[in-house]
Amino acid sequence: MNRETLTSAALVLLLLGIPLAAMATGHNFYVTLASRMAILALAAVGLNIALGLGGLVSFGHAAFFGIGGYAAGVLAWHAMMLQPFPLGLPGTKLMPVIWLVAMLAAGIVAAFIGAISIRTSGVYFIMITLAFAQMIYYFAISFPSYGGEDGLSISLRNAFPGVNTLDPFTFFLICYLLLLAGLFLFFRLRDSRFGAALQAARQNETRLAAVGVSPFGIRLAAFVISAMVTALAGALYADLNRFVAPSMLSWHMSGELIVLIILGGTGRLAGPVAGAIVFVLFEHWLGGITERWQLYLGLVLLGVVLFARGGVVGLLAGKARHG
Amino acid sequence: MKRFLTAGLLAVSTALAGTAFAEPIKIGMITTLSGGGAGLGVDVRDGFMLALKQAGDAASEIEVVTEDDAMKPELAVQIADKMIQSDQVDLLTGIIWSNLAMAVVPSAVAQGKFYLSPNAGPSPLAGANCHENYFNVAWQNDSLHEAAGAYAKKEGYKKPFILAPNYPAGTDALTGFKRFYDGELADEVYTKLGATDYAAEISQIRASGADSVYFFLPGGMGIAFMKQYAQSGVDLPVIGPAFSFSQDVLGAMGDAALGVINTAQWSPDLDNETNKAFVAAFKEEYGRIPSLYASQGFDTANLILSAAAKASVKDADAFRAALKEADFSSTRGDFKFADNHHPIHDIHVREVVKDGDTLTNRLVGLALEDHQDVYGKDCKM
Amino acid sequence: MQTALLIEQLLNGLQFGVMLFLMAAGLTLVFGVMGLINLAHGSLYMVGAFACAAVAAATGSFWLGLIASLAAAAAAGAIVEMTVIRRLYERDHLDQVLATFALILIFSEGMRWLFGSFPLYLNIPSLLSGSVPLPGGSQYPLYRLAIIGVGVAVAVFLWLLISRTRLGMRIRAGEADREMIGALGVDIRSLYTIIFALGAALAGLAGALVGALQSVQVGMGEPVLILAFVVIVIGGIGSIKGALIGAVLVGVVDTMGRFLLPRAMELVLDASRANTVGAAIASMLIYVLMALILAVRPRGLFVANA
Repeated sequence: MNRETLTSAALVLLLLGIPLAAMATGHNFYVTLASRMAILALAAVGLNIALGLGGLVSFGHAAFFGIGGYAAGVLAWHAMMLQPFPLGLPGTKLMPVIWLVAMLAAGIVAAFIGAISIRTSGVYFIMITLAFAQMIYYFAISFPSYGGEDGLSISLRNAFPGVNTLDPFTFFLICYLLLLAGLFLFFRLRDSRFGAALQAARQNETRLAAVGVSPFGIRLAAFVISAMVTALAGALYADLNRFVAPSMLSWHMSGELIVLIILGGTGRLAGPVAGAIVFVLFEHWLGGITERWQLYLGLVLLGVVLFARGGVVGLLAGKARHG
Repeated sequence: MKRFLTAGLLAVSTALAGTAFAEPIKIGMITTLSGGGAGLGVDVRDGFMLALKQAGDAASEIEVVTEDDAMKPELAVQIADKMIQSDQVDLLTGIIWSNLAMAVVPSAVAQGKFYLSPNAGPSPLAGANCHENYFNVAWQNDSLHEAAGAYAKKEGYKKPFILAPNYPAGTDALTGFKRFYDGELADEVYTKLGATDYAAEISQIRASGADSVYFFLPGGMGIAFMKQYAQSGVDLPVIGPAFSFSQDVLGAMGDAALGVINTAQWSPDLDNETNKAFVAAFKEEYGRIPSLYASQGFDTANLILSAAAKASVKDADAFRAALKEADFSSTRGDFKFADNHHPIHDIHVREVVKDGDTLTNRLVGLALEDHQDVYGKDCKM
Repeated sequence: MQTALLIEQLLNGLQFGVMLFLMAAGLTLVFGVMGLINLAHGSLYMVGAFACAAVAAATGSFWLGLIASLAAAAAAGAIVEMTVIRRLYERDHLDQVLATFALILIFSEGMRWLFGSFPLYLNIPSLLSGSVPLPGGSQYPLYRLAIIGVGVAVAVFLWLLISRTRLGMRIRAGEADREMIGALGVDIRSLYTIIFALGAALAGLAGALVGALQSVQVGMGEPVLILAFVVIVIGGIGSIKGALIGAVLVGVVDTMGRFLLPRAMELVLDASRANTVGAAIASMLIYVLMALILAVRPRGLFVANA
């Protein structure tokens, strides 16, 4: 085992350890906090596929996070209200179905956004993804059927066959296992031929085109996969909060997802996990100490960018092997 | 850990004392203390804390945990989870915005906690989604708009131009206005939420042939609108809900706000003993005139104190009954709860005036007496 | 009457566009020369507005406030450049986004610490209050016309600066080839500080001018920031001309959309619903415009250094 694998394993185990320790000491709230970490980490793993592997700095991933959230919220709402969709399709409270719908919806939207955005590059790409996310954000605010800015409440958490999702630790385990699946996907993608082509496209586009591979198609595929993983996290996030609202689609959310990745270590397998643990703990502790917590959060983030390049994983495991 | 210990000791000591009166209560206050909306949260908190301070010994067993939600619903949910699960509060309060209330309240009350709203009153919580542990000490969201509609009708306006941002509270506002004003409208316009340039809308007002303007634009939007309106040369009478002409924004609006009619359940010059004492004490304590929000925070704390004097918060049924009685002296005079736990109260008409160098509001009439919201009939409680 | 309203709305769009141009010019200049994405540009706009409001309140003079806004924003820009931004030029866009995102948090809470939680008062100077008649019997606020005038003046100033002065020559050289200006013996560090401070001053000026029309409060820069980014992306990043044309385009399209779309919707929907649907589409319109333009021209309308 090299140092990178060791660090990743340690971080993933640490995340599992938090709720266990919390339950052992009777601080049950930290189970919920750990679920939040796992979900945000999964969302960032999704973004990391586009950003870390493909070099596609998407400043609009909140769109997919929110679409996932709304898939959960809207399906549950229709199920609770016993109101079928047009064409007589019923709503549902089953998590697996919701996840599938969330990923499909986000995949379709991402294919559309990607098809336009990926033709641009650099700062244009950053800004056009932001623009699409803003479009969806304003749509969600002003579209009245699903609560508009007030959002939708899911009064009872959605169900997973065979387990009690209302139990915080069970819900944490669901999030955690999906996070592991996401990490596995990232790991396999990175070391696959697809991943190699993706990273080659980032480093040298012309050479890739010369061997007959279209960088456009590869990037688009990465973008769509990335969006689907983030949407899955969004669906879980809605269930965690028992609520979904347009703020999940805001540009601050996109910014936070980027923060998680850089904080953890860009392009690193366990970067999002480290980033999510550190970020959520900071938000939680600082918020409890001072009402000026955002000022200190800003200072910490600035410190990380300026002086701790490579993020938490970079500090623990040294420089990345993978570009 | 230390905090748990002290709480435990307090519980023991009060058990020995054997009265319901000094039962410790832990209150979680989630409110907005950072960013552009911080002024409202600060006022609610300051009003609330002033009431506790004045209560002296009666409040000695009350512990308040305050945290900033930064106007983000997800963060508010996270803080609520923490306060309920980790701090083990008995009662939550403090939220300013409807969308945050919609995120936090349903699950908090479902977990058996009390929630007392010092500001937001979204319609679902007054109607179909009402809950026995949810009490609104401010108003249902439509109330001030309904009062404005009633005022416009009473004043004989024939063609008001009405506008609000395009989001649920905005559509509710205009619906509320139209519920009590049934005449013709010059136009009905929805603006982008957060927009700060109203040139296009003011041009439309000028061209519409309206005889008055009603607008609901909370926070910075309202400041921007009023300043631009005053500069535009259009001088139709303006009516608004108190949110846009409350003490926290009047300073920023300046003389542009002079003479504007606005509707509110409270005013600094409302003539009752509680209110006079409150306004004087607030000025003394914080060096500024209290806003509507401060009065709501003050009332919320006094309601809690009144209930705590009668019942233990651990005995949910008794405490709920004590809250429902609303046996406290409100800054707005008469105050009682309707069956859906929303206020029945008078809504007044105020005018923005200049008192020396300071802009403030003065009562000019009554818009609706003993007003109650329309959603109560959907509330099965 | 309808044509008068139309003219008035076009002027509104133009004025909104000019305001966006003041923001976008600094942003595009900084990106063109230093290759830096600065999310904190909106914070400098806020600094300008707060400085103007504070000085105007203390001295009673809007004009002193305006000077203070230029000075304060330029100073804040220079300080931030020397302490933070300077370290980011060699980094990728990702680090720049995160660092300047952090600066937004610091600036916002810092301002709230200094000035309190309540919005500040700032009104237009009496010299510019009142309105002028328009053809067709309508009125237009003098102050808004003045903003259009300032925008035109700034555009001319920037054009002269860049095409006629030594500093402009260096800026052009920097846009073309970053290494070259070093070889020319130019002190790059101070050149970058000057450019950043210039961009900041323009943002501060915009904040002060707009602050008198809108509300001076924490977070006021963020909505404008996003619009300014839309503008420079449409115009072509690094191009001042593109920023001007993009700004006017965005200003006019946004204003006309807000005005015309609800009316267009009334042809197919009932009035109340048409208003909400029309307003919803209007709020998305400029993003649609941007997506369309980038779909056809991925590097914006005017490619700066092709």
